[in-house]
Amino acid sequence: MNGQLLFYLGEKMTKSELIEALAEKYPNLPIKDVELGVKSIIDNMAETLAAGERIEIRGFGSFSLHYRAPRVGRNPKTGESVNLEAKYVPHFKPGKELRERVDFPQS
Amino acid sequence: MALTKAEIAEHLFEKAGINKTDAKDLVESFFEKVRTTLEEGEQVKLSGFGNFELREKQSRPGRNPKTGEDIPISARRVVTFRPGQKLKARVEVGTAQLIEKEK
Repeated sequence: MNGQLLFYLGEKMTKSELIEALAEKYPNLPIKDVELGVKSIIDNMAETLAAGERIEIRGFGSFSLHYRAPRVGRNPKTGESVNLEAKYVPHFKPGKELRERVDFPQS
Repeated sequence: MALTKAEIAEHLFEKAGINKTDAKDLVESFFEKVRTTLEEGEQVKLSGFGNFELREKQSRPGRNPKTGEDIPISARRVVTFRPGQKLKARVEVGTAQLIEKEK
C-alpha cells in the first residue's frame, strides 16, 4: 500500500480538524475561543455573500457573486418543465499566492 | 465595499469577544492553514460554507495570442471552490431583493 498516494487522492481537512490545528498553534487561547473564532469567520463570510457583497482576502483570493439568468429547467425524473428564477451563486477566484503555492513547482 | 481580513478580525472582536491581537492572528492563521493544507495536496471542507478542491490539469498546447507562437501550457494543479447547499441557499434568499430590483 502506498500511504502517500492514498493521502493525496482522498484526504480532506474538515472544519473541526482546522479548529484542532489552530488550537495547537495557539496553546494560550482557550479552545472555545478558537472554535467560536473559526465559526464566526465562516459565518461572517457567508453573511457577507448573502448580503450581496464581495470578500477580498489578499494572497488567498476573492469571493463574489455570479448572476444566473432565469431559465426553464426540467425535472429529470418526470421530464416536466420547471421555471427557474434568476439567482446569484457564490464564486471564488484564487489569488496569486494561493495559485502559485497550490501548483506544481514550475521548472 | 468588500469584506477584508481587517474587518473579519474586527467582527471577531465585537461579536465573539476575542481581543484584537488574538483576533487578527486567528484570521491570518485561518487562511494560512487553508493555504498550507491545499498546498500539501489535501482538500478543505468547511461545513456551512463550501469545499476547496484540487484539480490536476494535463499539459495542453497553447499559443501566445500576441505573437501567434505555439507555447505548450504545462501540467498544473489548481484550486476550485464548490459552495455548499447551505451557502447557496443563504445567498439565494439574501439576494432575492437584488434580483427583484433588476426586473
